[in-house]
Amino acid sequence: MSAHSIETGSGGGLVKWIDSRLPIFSYMQKEYGEYPAPRNFNYWWNFGALAMFLLVTMIVTGLWLAMQYTPHVDLAFDSVQRIMRDVNSGWFIRLVHVNGGSFFFIVVYIHIFRGMYYGSFKAPRELLWMLGVIILLLMMATAFMGYVLPWGQLSFWGATVITNLFSAIPLVGDSIVTWLWGGFTVDNPTLNRFYALHFLLPFLIVGVVGLHVVALHVTGSNNPLGIEPKSQQDTVPFHPYYTVKDSFGLGVFLVIFAAVVFFAPDFFSEPENYEKADFLKTPEEIVPEWYFLPFFAILRSVPAIWFVEAKLAGVIAMFGSIFVLFALPWLDTAKVRSGKFRPIFRWFFLIFLVDCLLLGFVGGKPPNSPVFESIESFEFIDLGRITTAWYFIHFFIILPLLGRFERPLPLPDSISAAVLGSHSGGGPAASGATAKPMEKA
Amino acid sequence: MTEQVQDHDGHDEDRRDFLYIATGAFAATIGAAAIWPFIDAWNPSADVLAQASTEVDLGAIEEGQSVTVVWRGKPVFIRHRTGTEISSADEPPDGLPDPQSDGDRVLKPEWLVVVGICTHLGCVPLGQKVGENRGEFGGWFCPCHGSHYDTSGRIRKGPAPRNLEVPEYAFLTDTSIRIG
Ligand code: HEM
Ligand code: FES
Repeated sequence: MSAHSIETGSGGGLVKWIDSRLPIFSYMQKEYGEYPAPRNFNYWWNFGALAMFLLVTMIVTGLWLAMQYTPHVDLAFDSVQRIMRDVNSGWFIRLVHVNGGSFFFIVVYIHIFRGMYYGSFKAPRELLWMLGVIILLLMMATAFMGYVLPWGQLSFWGATVITNLFSAIPLVGDSIVTWLWGGFTVDNPTLNRFYALHFLLPFLIVGVVGLHVVALHVTGSNNPLGIEPKSQQDTVPFHPYYTVKDSFGLGVFLVIFAAVVFFAPDFFSEPENYEKADFLKTPEEIVPEWYFLPFFAILRSVPAIWFVEAKLAGVIAMFGSIFVLFALPWLDTAKVRSGKFRPIFRWFFLIFLVDCLLLGFVGGKPPNSPVFESIESFEFIDLGRITTAWYFIHFFIILPLLGRFERPLPLPDSISAAVLGSHSGGGPAASGATAKPMEKA
Repeated sequence: MTEQVQDHDGHDEDRRDFLYIATGAFAATIGAAAIWPFIDAWNPSADVLAQASTEVDLGAIEEGQSVTVVWRGKPVFIRHRTGTEISSADEPPDGLPDPQSDGDRVLKPEWLVVVGICTHLGCVPLGQKVGENRGEFGGWFCPCHGSHYDTSGRIRKGPAPRNLEVPEYAFLTDTSIRIG
């Protein structure tokens, strides 16, 4: 399509005048109106749009919090209490921001597992996937620094423990930690820089999300069947089909989100953080926000390996567990994308999902307490070691082996064939021969 | 490049390459020099460094008692050790994770002065107050990930890699010290 014509646009003279000088209207029309999307998206394809919605929500609520928040160790805690009690609608804005963070991670984690199951990271979408991993890293950094801002007990001690991880780096570790803190402990300089970065990073995320979408629109979307659209029959224009579907999904999401914000606003939070930071008193237990628990479990589970002391090994494993995602397109070598047609992979995917949930569970428990009351000797640290090991085994052993030895099911001829009629390859139970025209998939 | 190559204007390529590399190297140096202030600005500032020393009167601390003072925003543990605590710290156990003799960690055996920050990930260990868990070796116990320190502040068990740090300090009189 040529850039200086709006074939289906409804714009009048002004729109045309602008568009021929700065083609924003034809760009929007092309990328969000006509963008040919596979016709067979299921609801797992809603989560990208939800993440986009949450990013905007976090920025708007964050900006409004910033107008009332004071980044100083003596004032921060009280300024947040003031937002909750005295600022008009402050409680609402803050509770949307706090719970929005949690929902952002729920949505993004689902979005990621969706990609893993349907092989959306495979060629030609490797860069699209890797940009996604960068977004995840930026989100984690943002959320970590945001959690320090209210200056509660867990804000302070969480920041202390996590920044101290860098002291594991040989030789320069301690100087790096002092440098991160701007002092000899987590203190006012630390709070100030974290605030500045917490303000900045979301806008970087917006930039990377932009690249993520550009990459998406170059390769086109994957779909539940994992086969590329072959003809116009296989796609529908994004608008109105998926704008409507995304809006419906957003409605459902908002009902759940609002239920938490209004009726269970503390569902995701630790009460300990409603106590002001005290640098002389370590809380009984330092637990990070729930979305970091799987990584926290990996950090604590790894013992000393060979000449690497436990602390460093844990840090390497924790960062490794995220960085391995960059390599996923080259570790999962299967030619078939969608888990629908990979009878063995689907089981291992399920096991991997359970493994990640277990890691999250372990991350929230004291390492040296027994998992089952009846088996004293089996402690959470042991469960953590098993699940940590499996996490890496899945990526480095299972996926490459499956790519080599698994026999995938026959793929359908095209998306439209699978959706509209023949059941060939429509699922694991499909047989290639039967064809039932016009049956909905 | 060994031969001199001339382009159609008669410029020789060696000279171009040189100018190209020299300009690039110059730009990279200036770039690095310009970034440095931004990195350095994160290091502790002069006013933070200025809070560097703390004086403590030890006179009021009875044998067996501990106090916590603040130095550079960090807790410092001062313990007036009992005879048994000193002798149990003195027996040099084999296979310490961070071997050090008690003598190297104190100026006067009755007074142990250590930074009260676990060398694992920075929690404040328990054991200062009466009745707190002092761990299996009678010193301190870090509840965060279970590190046990002995009566010399040495790590004996758990994930912490190093002994509790001994800050720089000096006795001003018999009963007062300056830390830092
Ligand atoms: C990627 C988007 C963002 C995420 C994941 C995020 C996450 C968080 C989290 C987890 C907290 C701690 C809430 C608490 O426990 O009290 C927080 C606090 C805060 N955030 Fe954000 N944030 C985001 C964007 C922003 C933006 C763009 C701004 C400013 C323009 C901002 C300003 C603040 C302020 C002022 C606080 C402290 C007030 C408070 O604790 O309620 N945030 N953020
Ligand atoms: S911080 Fe003390 S054991 Fe981890």
